[in-house]
Parts: sequence; C-alpha cells; structure tokens
Amino acid sequence: MKRIDASNLKYNVLNDIIRRVIEEGENKIIIDGVCGQYYIGCGIAKPVEIVINGVPGNDLGAFMEGPTIIVNEDAQDGIGNTMSSGEIIIHGNAGDVLGYSMRGGSIFVKGNVGYRACIHMKAYKEDVSPTVVIGGCAGAFMGEYMAGGTLILLGLNRDKKRLTGNYLGTGMHGGAIFVRHGVDESLCSSEVLISKPDDKDMQKILTNVKKFCDLFGFDCDKIIKDEFVKITPKSKRPYGNLYIPGP
Amino acid sequence: MKWMKDVKTYTPPDFHVIRDPDRCIKCKACVEQCSFDATFYDEEEDKIWNWDAKCVGCNRCAAFCPTEAITIENRENPYRINESWGKWNVVGVKKRAAFGGAPVVSMGSDKPYIVYWDHMLINASQVTNPSIDPLREPMELKTFLGKKVDYLEIEDGKLKTVLYPQLELEIPIMFAAMSYGALNYNVIEAIGRAAVELGTYFNSGEGGLHKDHYKFEGNIIVQVASGRFGVYKEYLDVASAIEIKIGQGAKPGIGGHLPGEKVTASIAQTRMIPKGTDALSPAPHHDIYSIEDLRQLIYALKEATEYKKPIFVKIACVHNIAAIASGVAQAGADVIVLDGFKGGTGASPQVIRDNVGLPIELALASVDDRLRQEGLRGKISLVASGGIRNSMDVIKAIALGADAVYIGTATLIAIGCTMCQQCHTGKCAWGIATQDPFLSKRQNPNIATQRLVNLVNVWALEIKETLGAMGINSIESLKGNRLALRGFDLSEKEMEILGILHAGE
Repeated sequence: MKRIDASNLKYNVLNDIIRRVIEEGENKIIIDGVCGQYYIGCGIAKPVEIVINGVPGNDLGAFMEGPTIIVNEDAQDGIGNTMSSGEIIIHGNAGDVLGYSMRGGSIFVKGNVGYRACIHMKAYKEDVSPTVVIGGCAGAFMGEYMAGGTLILLGLNRDKKRLTGNYLGTGMHGGAIFVRHGVDESLCSSEVLISKPDDKDMQKILTNVKKFCDLFGFDCDKIIKDEFVKITPKSKRPYGNLYIPGP
Repeated sequence: MKWMKDVKTYTPPDFHVIRDPDRCIKCKACVEQCSFDATFYDEEEDKIWNWDAKCVGCNRCAAFCPTEAITIENRENPYRINESWGKWNVVGVKKRAAFGGAPVVSMGSDKPYIVYWDHMLINASQVTNPSIDPLREPMELKTFLGKKVDYLEIEDGKLKTVLYPQLELEIPIMFAAMSYGALNYNVIEAIGRAAVELGTYFNSGEGGLHKDHYKFEGNIIVQVASGRFGVYKEYLDVASAIEIKIGQGAKPGIGGHLPGEKVTASIAQTRMIPKGTDALSPAPHHDIYSIEDLRQLIYALKEATEYKKPIFVKIACVHNIAAIASGVAQAGADVIVLDGFKGGTGASPQVIRDNVGLPIELALASVDDRLRQEGLRGKISLVASGGIRNSMDVIKAIALGADAVYIGTATLIAIGCTMCQQCHTGKCAWGIATQDPFLSKRQNPNIATQRLVNLVNVWALEIKETLGAMGINSIESLKGNRLALRGFDLSEKEMEILGILHAGE
C-alpha cells in the first residue's frame, strides 16, 4: 500500500506519480488531500485499487481498464468516461455525464447524479456489460442513446426532489433502466417502453442492490421490496424509418 | 418481364443502359457484376434486360463486358425544362412525398458550387531564380506534424529542449478517416499496407480498428468520435496519433448513423456494440459543450497515453471557422484538421451535405491567417481535407497554409470507385463500401495496395516537379507562401480571403 499526498499537486504531476507507483508494482494506493485534480486513474489498465480522500476532478477513471476506484466524498463530471472495465465507488454525489459511453465494469454512487448520466452506455457481449447503480436521483437525459448495460436508480433520501429529469431514455436502443418507485411517464421519451421487471431482472436488481447496500450500509431487504419498473427501448433501430436511400 | 412500375412513385431514371445486340454474346458477366438488380437474365426469352430505374451509373457492367456491348448514358431531364427548379428539386419533392423519408446520400456534394482550386494558378521560376530538376537534385517532402516549440536550447552541443511528439510523414498526404463499417476489411487492409509502404498514416475512422489491423502500428491514426466506438486502452496505445472527431465536412453539426443491417458480427465486435443495432454517433460529444470541455478531452487522451502522442482535432469548416480553430489551438490540440464542405461521407442527409459548411480553400486561408495573427500558427500543425482531387490541389493547399492533406475520395477512386454515390446502400459493386462478402472479395488487397502506392507516389513526383519549377527544394518553403498563387475569375473579396493576388498582378 502506498499513500500519496495530493495537496497542492497539479493533476499532471499527481497522475504521473500514480502511474509510476503502479509501474513499480504497487496494487493499492491511497491519495489524501485530493481537491479537484482531473483524470485520476485515466487510462490505467491494471487491477489496482485507488482510494481517494477528497473530491476528485473531472474524468475520473476515464478510459480505464480494471482498476477499482473508491471516492470517500463527492465526485465531479465525466466519471468513468469511456471506461472498459473496473469499478468506481462514490460515497457521495456525482456530477454530470456519469459513465459516458462506458462498455464494461460498474459504477456505484451513494447519492445523486447530475445531467446525462450513462449516455451511450453500451454492451457488446453477454459477459461484458456495464452496470451503474445510483442511490439518489438523476438529472435530465438519463440513458440517452443508451445501447446496452444495466442502470438502476434507487431514489433514496429524495424528500421532494424529482426522481429523474426530462427526456429519460431519448434515443435509447439497447440495455435496460430499472427505477425504484416507478417513473413519471411524461418525463420519458417516446422511444421507450415501461414494463414490470421479470424474475430474471429482479435477480439482477437484487445482486446489484445487495452490493450497493454492502458498500454504503443501507438495508437491502427494505429497498428491494419496493416496486421497480423496467425501461427498455421499443426498437433496436429508433430512427430506422426516418430516412430513405437517395439521391 | 419481372417488374411492374409503380406509377405513383415513378421518377425518371438517371441513366440509360444501352446494350448493342450485335456485340452482346449473352455471357451474363454484367448480370453477375450488377449488385443493384439493374441487369438480369430472363431465361424464358433468353434475353438480358436492363432496368434503368435501378442503374446507379457505377459502370461495373461496362467494365466487365468482354465485347464492349454496354454503354451507360446520363439521361437528360425528361420533364419540361424549368431553370428555376431543375430536375433535382422536382424529383426531391416527389421522393419525399412518396416515401415519407429524408434522402440519405454519400460521397461529397455533387452540386455545382465553385471549386476555388480551379481558380488559382501556380508560379514558376524564370531567369531571376533558377528552377530545380527534381530527378537529379534532392527534393524534400518530409513533413512533421505535431506541436512545435518556440525555440531550441542547446547545451554542450546537445539539444536540451524536450520536443513534443511528432508524426513523421515521407509525403504530406495521409489517408483520411474512413471506418470499418463504411469500408470493408479488404479495403482497410489495402489502405493500411499502402500507408506503411509510403511512410505515411491512415486514419481508422470512428468505427474502431479490427484486431488484424493492429499490425500497422506505427502508421495508424485512430479516431475518437462522439459514439466512442471501439475506443479502449489498446486502441489508443496502438495509434501514433489520436484524432478527436468533432465534425465532418460533409455533415457539419450532425452525428453519424451506421444502419443496423450493416452492423455484422465482426463490425459489432470492432465497434463494441451489439450486432444488428444502429450505430448512432450523437451530434455532439456529450462531454464537450465548450472549448474548455474540448481541452478536457484532449488532456484526458494525453493522460491516457502519457503525453506520447499528438492529439488531432478534426473540425468541419463552418462560418466562424477561424475563431473556432483558434479556440481549438488554445485548447491544446497539436494538430487541427479542417474538413471542407466537399468532403465525402458514407451516409449523410442530402440537404446537409449539399447546403451546410464552407469550401476548404476559404476556410484554410482564413484559419491560417487567424492563427498567424494570434502567434499560434508556428506552434501547431494544420491538415486540410475534404475535396483534394489531385497533386496540384495538394500544392495549392500547402501554399494556402496547410502542413499536410488527407485524401479520402481519391483513395477510393484509386481502387475502383466511380463515384456513383451509393455508399449508404452497402451494395457497392466495386466491393469498396460494402460488407457483403460476395462483393467485398472484388477488392484484392494486393492489387489495391499497389494502386494506392502508385497514386501517392505519382502525386509526390508531380509535387516535386512543380516545386522544382518554382525553384523550391523543400515543401517547407512552400508552406503558407501565398505569393506562389495567383487567382483568376474571382471577386476582390474572394481573393482577399484567400490572401492571393490576381493573375497578372
């Protein structure tokens, strides 16, 4: 285990240190005093564990393949941008564009997330499929262009806050979104279908919610007994009939 | 006869296939070659028929006819001539009304806009400075792309300054971004081999890179577009440079759309999407809504590759291109690629292709001007693309301020393309823009590679000869040298933007 003090370090210096430490064979790194440094864990392709104390900056874990990143506070925008595998655990809220284009691995967020979560998340194999579990609420355009994977929104501790924003699942053409306590249909795009999850889906929800509760200390039985709805695309080709071959 | 015309959706055919019965030996080569069902054999009548309405004018049948029995003619407008509507507007309305969809087209715009290359003449040496014979004297075409330092520090006879990563091109011509999906495996294989042999680079396009093509490491530029197809660590690592695709000249401001039927198992694997689903590229990168956000992605890619590779940013030429390019340069791009209005596409809505954007010549000149004014031009490299048709377009582009060019359409023409503009149908009879294995095998990578190498080598020779005539022995001396150009048939404003004098001045 290696501890790094990030206070007053610029992002490129910090990331260079992280890369060097990993090259030296270290498999667990704790970074203290993080304050908005970008790109932590970006492009790292080894199964290392990185624990972050403080608030990391944008593009945390972008393009990563394999690491586990644990953030003990809030995190900012672009978390898990185009990540291939690994795990990101946020013990707070997360910003906009969470998991943009991710195609493997998982992200667990204890609190709320911003706009455009899981845009263009995709899966291309049975065993390579991304999973995102959001404990709180989400902003508009969640799951836009979604092409695969599983997104679970729990809406915990939301008081009067809206569970999702407008335009949920716009252009969605793959994967599934599960929302606890149902979803306001007027917020969904016209390209999605709302249904009841089947047993297989419930098994998937249970596995992931259990992991979520183990991580953040919630009561799994209490969460899982509430109603969930399943949001899936009506078609794999939402815009197939808008065009004709020209000229 | 096995067809019946639908009167309500009838539009006059664009082509007329003329078959000379005295020459036709009914060998059926044309039937075998036509992938658009425009030619077929009727056993009952022992006759080969042509269906003009389906003919796209690709000339594959004519090329294969052993007795030269087939001629393809462009049909004149059969309607009453109306100069203000023209045939295309009439047919355009009819098609939209009949089928309820927006026409998708491919390749660059075919509408009669001015081509500025054809309004510029190149200078040569006479008496006051000698011309150079490139066949007998050294002539330098080598070009480096990447960020340049302001000055060099030398200590104890050694270079102290740390240089930025550079791409080294033997010839300032690269193969433009055309993805696996738009083109098939064999064509990408040929383009990759040609890039290796020529000492230049090819661009993977936004559709990822087939594992078999990783062997071209050292000559690959990979693209990261809004759909992030096939973007993962190994893909970034195998590349010599990474290009962020913001826009494409043929369809500025809109995303891409590879129809589900083209997403075969192999393409799905390469793009990392499920088989048979539409591959949608969102119009913007959803993590880039500003210049600051662009900087964020540029540096994310630099971090992911440990600052070892130049980052290209490709933008489509649009009205405020000079200000945009300046922003891109300041965001940290090492190379800016300008894609002009006439650039090609595998599929774009017709109205966008034919009406949105700027010609590369004007965009290039105004960007080069702006970057010079702001003291940025010497720091970054500029690549021109979208409408480079011959070696003299390359010379003119470099004189207007480009470091290098990308060629896309010319690449395809070199290996058989006849610009029938059917790439979006996936039925390319020349085996280029198709995933059909029966059609794809029409491209032999050995032959295609040789043709690409020939094309670029001949262009290089022509460029050297022209440089020699100008009395210049290095392409570097031509860069941004607009005094080497003179315009004709242009307005004063056009010449002002191009930064050139009128012929005779």
